[in-house]
Amino acid sequence: MSVSLSSTRPVRRWRLGYRISPVGAVAFLVILAWAVVAVTAPLIAPHPVGEIVDFDFFQPMSAAYPMGTDYLGRDVLSRILFGARYTVGISLASVALACLTGVTLGMAAAVIGGAFEAALSRFLDALISIPSKIMALVLVAAIGSSMPVLILTLAVIYTPGSYRFARALAVNVNAMDYVTVARVRGERLGYLIRAEILPGIVGPVLADLGLRFVFIVLLLSSMSFLGLGVQPPNADWGALVKENIGGLSLAAPAVIFPSLAIASLTISVNLLIDNLPQKIRDRSADA
Amino acid sequence: MSRLVEVRDLRIQARTDAGRIVEIIRGVSFDIDEGEIVALIGESGSGKTTIALDLMGYTRPGCRVTGGTVTLDGVEMGALSEGERARMRGSLVSYVPQSAAAAFNPAHTIMDQVVEVVRIHGSMPVAEARTKAVGLFRALALPNPETIGERYPHQVSGGQLQRLSAAMALIGDPKLVIFDEPTTALDVTTQVEVLRAFKAVMRKGGIAGVYVSHDLAVVAQIADRIIVLRHGEIQEAGRTADILERPQHPYTRQLLAAFRPGAAPRPARLDQDEAPLLVVRDVVAGYGKRDANGLPALRILKGVSLELARGRNLGIVGESGCGKSTLARVIAGILPAAKGEILLEGRPLAPDFRQRRPEDLRDLQIVFQSADTALNPHQSIGEILGRPLAFYHGLGGRTREARIDQLLDMVRLPRPLRHRRPGELSGGQKQRINLARALAADAKLILCDEITSALDTVVAAAIIDLLKELQRELSLSYLFISHDIETVRAICDEVVVMYKGEKVEQLRPDVNDGRPTQPYSRLLFSSVPQLRTGWLDGLAQDPELTRAFAQR
Repeated sequence: MSVSLSSTRPVRRWRLGYRISPVGAVAFLVILAWAVVAVTAPLIAPHPVGEIVDFDFFQPMSAAYPMGTDYLGRDVLSRILFGARYTVGISLASVALACLTGVTLGMAAAVIGGAFEAALSRFLDALISIPSKIMALVLVAAIGSSMPVLILTLAVIYTPGSYRFARALAVNVNAMDYVTVARVRGERLGYLIRAEILPGIVGPVLADLGLRFVFIVLLLSSMSFLGLGVQPPNADWGALVKENIGGLSLAAPAVIFPSLAIASLTISVNLLIDNLPQKIRDRSADA
Repeated sequence: MSRLVEVRDLRIQARTDAGRIVEIIRGVSFDIDEGEIVALIGESGSGKTTIALDLMGYTRPGCRVTGGTVTLDGVEMGALSEGERARMRGSLVSYVPQSAAAAFNPAHTIMDQVVEVVRIHGSMPVAEARTKAVGLFRALALPNPETIGERYPHQVSGGQLQRLSAAMALIGDPKLVIFDEPTTALDVTTQVEVLRAFKAVMRKGGIAGVYVSHDLAVVAQIADRIIVLRHGEIQEAGRTADILERPQHPYTRQLLAAFRPGAAPRPARLDQDEAPLLVVRDVVAGYGKRDANGLPALRILKGVSLELARGRNLGIVGESGCGKSTLARVIAGILPAAKGEILLEGRPLAPDFRQRRPEDLRDLQIVFQSADTALNPHQSIGEILGRPLAFYHGLGGRTREARIDQLLDMVRLPRPLRHRRPGELSGGQKQRINLARALAADAKLILCDEITSALDTVVAAAIIDLLKELQRELSLSYLFISHDIETVRAICDEVVVMYKGEKVEQLRPDVNDGRPTQPYSRLLFSSVPQLRTGWLDGLAQDPELTRAFAQR
């Protein structure tokens, strides 16, 4: 069907060969904005994170304090801007760690198979069977809360799910003839998972990474809400909600805005992974 | 005879995922008289199925009729509402799909599905329809016509299911039946029976038919007229005998030429003392638990032996399930043999490829049937061909680039193709890349597993020519596995016939002039449709023999 294709529309040149959805683009911009905030917080925050700026607590929105003040009279806007560092940073680090471990193990298990796969799968299934919040509470309560501990804990909790997901995808790719050809050529494990399997599963794995990021943000927020996350005077968004929960009856903006921040980040990530740019298969127009 | 179908200047457009609009049917006009069978023939993508489906007033999702008319029995299909069209389907026009297995619901009995269309239309009482269905089963030469309807689809064979789906199409007394490649998925011995049954029923009922196929020889047996399609346009139309004997259009001639491949080259008798390249001795392989003797529970290969001399080709033919592909996998070590020996150049090979030496892996390359799954869609052609060069020969940098260009030249592909990905190539081009990858290893023996089966006739013929040329240049040997006997004979001087995991016989050009002697091989060879009208009617096969072997 490559001969004299007629086209009734003016041909639009897709230089990237991808179709980008507007929802996905907006979601991406929101995430990008939060990432920029996390990096530049000290430059753009009007007040230092722990500074008590006013003796009046739970103030409403005003020109001086756009998001009001918290239960100690600190500027909520500044605290949210600083909180982005913890929420985005810790979540990003742990999701990267969890997916790197999970996906690598998953692909290796699919390629090697046999007893290695069985042992690894059963071990990680055992980890899945422990409720994630209980496990996080126990680990952090036992070891104590610090950034590395939080990152590792969250990574350990989300690795088995990532492993299961990647393994299921990799098993399908592993059954393709091109992987058999590479095996019979005598290729080693490293090449097989890197060059033959990974490119075939990277799309769904990225979508899974986005979803897992959302779960981690929520789990981190709930841990901080329970007082086991980021420790004062620093606070991530979950901790901000928790410490200002008393203002709920006073209709204080101090409890609303951190919640909105969590919602905007998690919803944006979700929308982005649902609307990732789609590769356009029909390339004959710009060939 | 009065006119049943009139198609006038039919145009159908499809929309691609980039929003681009492609015209896939470009002004097609033809007629079908009552009781006449017309074949639509062409390569994949020629629009033959799209036209056939539009005779029922149906277009596939994404397609749209933009011009022309289809008039069926005096009614213009395009002017009807969807509900009115639905009333005509099954009673005036019906459809026999390519895959009967996919067309039957595994959860209902066959009879319920055969009479379903009558029940929906309310055209006759169900009890009467059941009696009629039994009559159709008998007319279609199905075994146990009274009781076969009580079975479920998985309880009958593929050939029987295809005939049952014809019964389903015929139950509403249609005037036109559309057959969409109904025998393509069947083995040749089964195909003969199914074709015979179709033909008898259609003739008896005076039913008009549209037979969609890419196989000229099959079409020659059943059609009154042939319409040759390409790129959504009619290239040539005429009576079957005229098309076959006096083709006018160059494309039709090309199709016919591709169907009659030249005979295999007969190399000069080789020195008998030279050790054979490949020896397979008493190989047993299969799946499932191993018993006390180390033999698997389900044996696919039951003691197969063969020899292949250097620079020669060996063909392996047989029907689906005879173990021919398993044999290739066993020789390649993908499925380790439970028993028996495999020797390459006199060296014994380990049953499992993991224990084989790198040189052995390099010397023996396997080329799979489907280039779609055998080429990684995420790598460029350059990467696909470059890897074996780097892996086996340690080539890098400019020498590797030069060798990739050389390989592309060898398989007659333009060099700039190296930057593309497999998804951007045609089926024939992909199969050439698949072959070039095996050549990159500098293999001595290439196992070709049905490498032309997924290709159109003309493209497949070009691949066969390429294989012959490469053999002359590189002194390769091929083990050529196919269900298509004509293709195998075009490239192999010796042919092994397999049946149910055993070697029936090995045909040599110097023994009995290469003709089969065993009953099964004779049946298999005689079932291959020949490119002349009346072959099917004149075919005399022993019914006892057919029943004994073609139980599928």
